[in-house]
Amino acid sequence: MNHFPHGWGRPRDDVYGAYNHAYLQPDGSKQHTQSPIVTGTSVIAVKFKDGVVIAADNLASYGSLARFTDVKRLRRFNSRVVLGFGGDVSDMQHLDRLLSTLSIREDYSSTASESDNAARELNARNLHTYLAKVMYKRRSEFNPLWNAILVVGLDGESQPFLATVDLLGTTFSAPTLATGFGAHLAQPILRRAVPDEAAVAEMTREKAVGVVRECMKVLFYRDARSIDKYSMAVVEKEKEVELVEDEQLEQQSWAFAEGIKGYGTQTV
Amino acid sequence: MASVFSASIPQEAPGYSFNHLSSGTREHAFNPYTDNGGSTLGISGADFTIFAGDTRSTSGYNINTRYAPKLFKIGGEGPSNENARIVLSVVGFAADGNALKERLDTVVKMYKYQHGKPMTVAACAQRLSHILYSKRFFPYYVHAILGGLDEDGKGALYSYDPVGSYEREQCRAAGSASSLIMPFLDNQVNFKNQYVPGSGVGHALEQRVPEPLPRKDVEQLVKDAFTSATERQIEVGDGLQMMTITKDGIEEVYSPLKKD
Repeated sequence: MNHFPHGWGRPRDDVYGAYNHAYLQPDGSKQHTQSPIVTGTSVIAVKFKDGVVIAADNLASYGSLARFTDVKRLRRFNSRVVLGFGGDVSDMQHLDRLLSTLSIREDYSSTASESDNAARELNARNLHTYLAKVMYKRRSEFNPLWNAILVVGLDGESQPFLATVDLLGTTFSAPTLATGFGAHLAQPILRRAVPDEAAVAEMTREKAVGVVRECMKVLFYRDARSIDKYSMAVVEKEKEVELVEDEQLEQQSWAFAEGIKGYGTQTV
Repeated sequence: MASVFSASIPQEAPGYSFNHLSSGTREHAFNPYTDNGGSTLGISGADFTIFAGDTRSTSGYNINTRYAPKLFKIGGEGPSNENARIVLSVVGFAADGNALKERLDTVVKMYKYQHGKPMTVAACAQRLSHILYSKRFFPYYVHAILGGLDEDGKGALYSYDPVGSYEREQCRAAGSASSLIMPFLDNQVNFKNQYVPGSGVGHALEQRVPEPLPRKDVEQLVKDAFTSATERQIEVGDGLQMMTITKDGIEEVYSPLKKD
């Protein structure tokens, strides 16, 4: 006990080192997200003739630790919209709640006279615009939602729709999209299959699903923050959304691993 | 982290975990801006204004998409902006560009509803300057070019910096290939460094007088500018979007550029 009562019960700097004020602000000011904590890796998607395929693995990483291995990163919004989230998982869950609120509000505010259910619901383009505004507003407040989001589904004309929005509010659309590592590893494979909008018209659902599965395998081989369990969703015209959340990566080949020499304890 | 395990040198008085003074500036990890690359240009003629922009969107060395338009019709009717007479081109940070486009479009539409007549290009140009300056200390990170036909039916073109400084010009290139395209335009549109043959020697040489170019010539200049820029600037390519404003409205043409 000394005559600095302010310091009683507090860790001493000369013993424990200086306290890093980045962790907790003494002035009670609010900390905004400066970096993501628990993260999901790539989301990939490709358009085909009558719809869109989207996939993301089921891993939530804590840095390099594979922390949660059964996290669903694809979310069905309604019968014609599915969202895929990369980046911070808690921000994803915040957006999930936001979208639930939006969905309920939309259900109650739509007029009963509109008999056609599909015309009444928000379509993929509507939802993408909404999310783009939310994300851009948050980045403008210097309090971003640390995500890269793919929005897939059908637009107002029931045509396949695929677009993205990220933590800065940047938006764009293309026949194939991939976030995170997928932009480097999966996008070239997807673009070879579907180079442009003309190729979308030629693409079948089976081929699209096939190329997405192939990309998930490449990503598992080369992305250290990935896992071999993934979710895949298909949105197709005049069909209900097909969302499978426990896909297992099939036909992996690790035969090459035997041939790798020169690392670890082995003598070459 | 390291400081937790390495105790500092013993001092006369105990140190405490709190600071009596504020601990100076802290670095923020979040950067609200990015550059999406690409280039735009605008040239005004006697009775038309031409806008052009490539359609590539990039982040770093990645191509986001091969079709992201940078030219927007302002103040038209409905979602496709029919009967619009003003074009805005934005290049730089695409999210800011979109926000700026939406704001200006709303302003021009509201003007028409409230005054019962379309906004003039000069008025719209000044309004755009005010919008940009209103975010002087958190700017829209874009280089904007606005244009249409003025009250005399002549081509009008205004170029801006990110905080709203603007001037009316004959031609302007903006974006990542502006340093390649602008000197070409200076020479070919404003005839800079061109002299009248045989007019004299040294300072006696007479500058060739610039005059408004015919539309066909301007269209060819635009195409040459962008095919050349595509060769030398990696952020430019994929497609060329052109909009021409004449007294009959806005014509939009898309033509391919190299995708490599």
